[in-house]
Amino acid sequence: MSTAAIGHYTSTGQDTRKIAFWTFIGSECMLFGTLIATYLSYEGKSVVGPTPQEILNIPLTSVSTFVLLMSSLAMVLALAAVMRGDTRYSKVWLATTAVLGAVFLVFQAFEFTQFVDEGLKISTNLFGSTFFVLTGCHGLHVLVGVIWLATLLIMSARGKLGPEKAMNVEIAGLYWHFVDVVWIVIFTVVYLIQRGPAA
Amino acid sequence: MSQEVLEKPSAHPSARVYLSIAAILTAITVVEVAIFYIPAIRGTMVLAPVLLLLSAGKFALVVMFYMHLKPDSKLFTAIFTAPLVLAAAVILALMTLLGAWVY
Amino acid sequence: MEATAATPDSLESSSRLWSWITTTDHKRIGILYGATAFVFLLIGGLEAMLIRWQLMKPDNDFVSAETFNELFTMHGTTMIFLALMPLSAAFFNFIIPLQIGARDVAFPRLNAFSYWVFLLGGLFLNASFLFGAAPDAGWFGYANLTSIQYSPGVNIDFWAMGLQILGIASLAAAFNFIATIINMRAPGMKLMRMPVFTWMAFITQFIIVTAFPVITVALVFLMFDRMFGANFYNPNAGGDLLLWQHLFWLFGHPEVYILILPTMGMVSEILPTFSRKPLFGYPVIVYSGILIGTIGWGVWSHHMFASGMGAAADTYFGAASMLIAIPTGVKIFNWIATMWGGKIRFTTPMLFSIAFIMLFTIGGISGVMHASPPTDLQQTDTYFVVAHLHYVLFGGAFMGIFGAIYYWWPKVFGRLLNERLGKLHFWLAFIGLNVTFFPMHLIGMLGMPRRVYTYSAELGVGGMNLAATIGALTLGFSTLVLVYNIWHTAAKGEKAGKNPWGAATLEWAMSSPPPVYNFSVIPEVTSRLPLWTVGGMNEIPDVPPEPIHVPGGSYWPVLAALGLVGFFTGALMHSLWVALAAAAVLVVSVFKWAFEPFEM
Repeated sequence: MSTAAIGHYTSTGQDTRKIAFWTFIGSECMLFGTLIATYLSYEGKSVVGPTPQEILNIPLTSVSTFVLLMSSLAMVLALAAVMRGDTRYSKVWLATTAVLGAVFLVFQAFEFTQFVDEGLKISTNLFGSTFFVLTGCHGLHVLVGVIWLATLLIMSARGKLGPEKAMNVEIAGLYWHFVDVVWIVIFTVVYLIQRGPAA
Repeated sequence: MSQEVLEKPSAHPSARVYLSIAAILTAITVVEVAIFYIPAIRGTMVLAPVLLLLSAGKFALVVMFYMHLKPDSKLFTAIFTAPLVLAAAVILALMTLLGAWVY
Repeated sequence: MEATAATPDSLESSSRLWSWITTTDHKRIGILYGATAFVFLLIGGLEAMLIRWQLMKPDNDFVSAETFNELFTMHGTTMIFLALMPLSAAFFNFIIPLQIGARDVAFPRLNAFSYWVFLLGGLFLNASFLFGAAPDAGWFGYANLTSIQYSPGVNIDFWAMGLQILGIASLAAAFNFIATIINMRAPGMKLMRMPVFTWMAFITQFIIVTAFPVITVALVFLMFDRMFGANFYNPNAGGDLLLWQHLFWLFGHPEVYILILPTMGMVSEILPTFSRKPLFGYPVIVYSGILIGTIGWGVWSHHMFASGMGAAADTYFGAASMLIAIPTGVKIFNWIATMWGGKIRFTTPMLFSIAFIMLFTIGGISGVMHASPPTDLQQTDTYFVVAHLHYVLFGGAFMGIFGAIYYWWPKVFGRLLNERLGKLHFWLAFIGLNVTFFPMHLIGMLGMPRRVYTYSAELGVGGMNLAATIGALTLGFSTLVLVYNIWHTAAKGEKAGKNPWGAATLEWAMSSPPPVYNFSVIPEVTSRLPLWTVGGMNEIPDVPPEPIHVPGGSYWPVLAALGLVGFFTGALMHSLWVALAAAAVLVVSVFKWAFEPFEM
């Protein structure tokens, strides 16, 4: 399946880049774990408002969560298309994934702007600091992912993303899905489970 | 035939499986948001465990099928799960040490 | 470096300097790591000398209190991040691919990137001296001493961003080595046939991969507090100062194992070689290493007993910390049993390794002492802790690394270091460090706090402090003996053959220094000790039977590293334009890197 293994002896028969990338994802678990730990440890301890209960927009975020979930679907379909050498659908699904990711970012930009308008900045209280750094870090990961997908899309458009390059797409996919599962956790622990005095 | 399967450790699921997973993920998300709005559950001790369980289900589906951990070599599961468990332990430990269980 | 001429880069016709800047050869990168870290070791050592000169007598005014703060902060930070870790990295780079029978690491350009980020990060951190703004809040920079209110200068910015940069270098290297060790072992090199050094390095990389993200986040919080007025460590806004301590030690304690495990691996190579006996209990040593790495993750709060965490937390962290003594003790007995009944040759590396066992045990025992919370409360922030950590990190880690330098030097440069000078270095270092650090146990017990620039004569520790200073000067002089030894043997050193020590592992199977391609044919091993076993491996001819393709160099890793460090420089200067321009360099370099034809 993968051309990387041909001509090179490997101890496990697995792609070396994929091993390194999963290690990177493991490392990212600790990164987001620490951010989430801080958010949860400080939850409800702000001495001034606005509080999450006053400000978090569940309907809006539910929609953006759905958008990100669907982008993951588009991503696996893109990988399947690349693997079977279907250039047309490779482009279609890669573009869909990137666009859905960009839509998620637009939602987030809108959310951040709204919060600032309503008086929540990074310096306002503990909630502002922990919320913006956690979701901002996630947003930065989405942005990197969108750029990565756009690069793959350009490669595909130039006819340089054949089945022999499937591992490139698989690894980008791993990144993209990981960013998605981080959001699954954030959506639940930050948005839906709101612990705190005002609940 | 079996030889061929061995050489393709990351035999990926079909598009049908991918679509079913997406449908389940969407359904769970809808249930989660619905639970959030049910007054009988909101504000009770039940809310958090139920939501955490549902989101863990979504998490597992994505990593097992979209990230192919289920068909792939167990090597990848190992190098992902170990830090994941560690991160969860760190979250619980820090919440305990910093007194986050008051609510 | 004389010996490098023996490794001609056949692929490049360009100048020699350029070929080093663009190199992706793990051996050259290893040498670069070693040379750079050694310079930082000298700088950190100089800082230690100044600290000891100040503390030589009571009420001394050799340096001001402010300078003293900068000296001990930079001494700790430099020794840990710029000397010990990269010295280990030098050996990871040079030795691991040779020990597992690979032609290079998995990602040679990423490897070059790690080195350049490390170098630039070290320069970034030390550039603070030029601006008279060296970090001054201790190597663990406790909040809220580091807040903008109490540290308005750029001292802390240099420190926080410098550590961020160095963390990126360590993480990138860790992904690389994990992939290398998992996937690039030669045929027959099963996991349980890997040399213990490679094993310990492997475990270390997993600790790096999990521990560094935590400090990264803690430092991001700090920078956001300082730059954007966030409240992470702001008690007025309800922030908890212990958050910093927890995050720092969540990283900081595993970091201790990042520093010591590689050295445990090094002595596990040296002891069998000079005892002419296989390592006693190889699997047990490996499993103990894994256990140390695992338990090491659950003990961080023993650095925080004095913060008053309550009985439950104190009990748990005290007990868990004492538990680590078990796998560590197991290793110590294994090393002793390795020597037992062996045909011991007291060469310089062997002397350093034996000293390692002894001194590390002393440091370990004082460690078990302050694993007990009530005892620890008496010892926290006194010189007793300074004595403990230096027995572990100097008596342990550095002595092991010195041994490793003498042991692998002939492999790296093709010439043996002088044994007589080596033994002089050893004895001076051994005596010097005991004279320096042993009195500190007593100085601490008598109540002298650490990190305070002077003390009064009434405390009655003047004599012991003078002894410690004399010891430190001896220690400093011993390092100069090593420098002289290196210079002396560069031209006159005895030529090393393939295997000057008669060692058992794969890195001794090819000429010294190794050719660019390492192995003329891919080795196949059937034994854990291939050179000590009849038929342990295939014949490695001196001339490759067929031409070997070696990847050429690349300058994109250097440029990417420059972009990355430039970005942090922009942040330090609060200049968006510098940061954006540097980020652009980084992005362009990464793209060029990704699309440049580079065949492994």
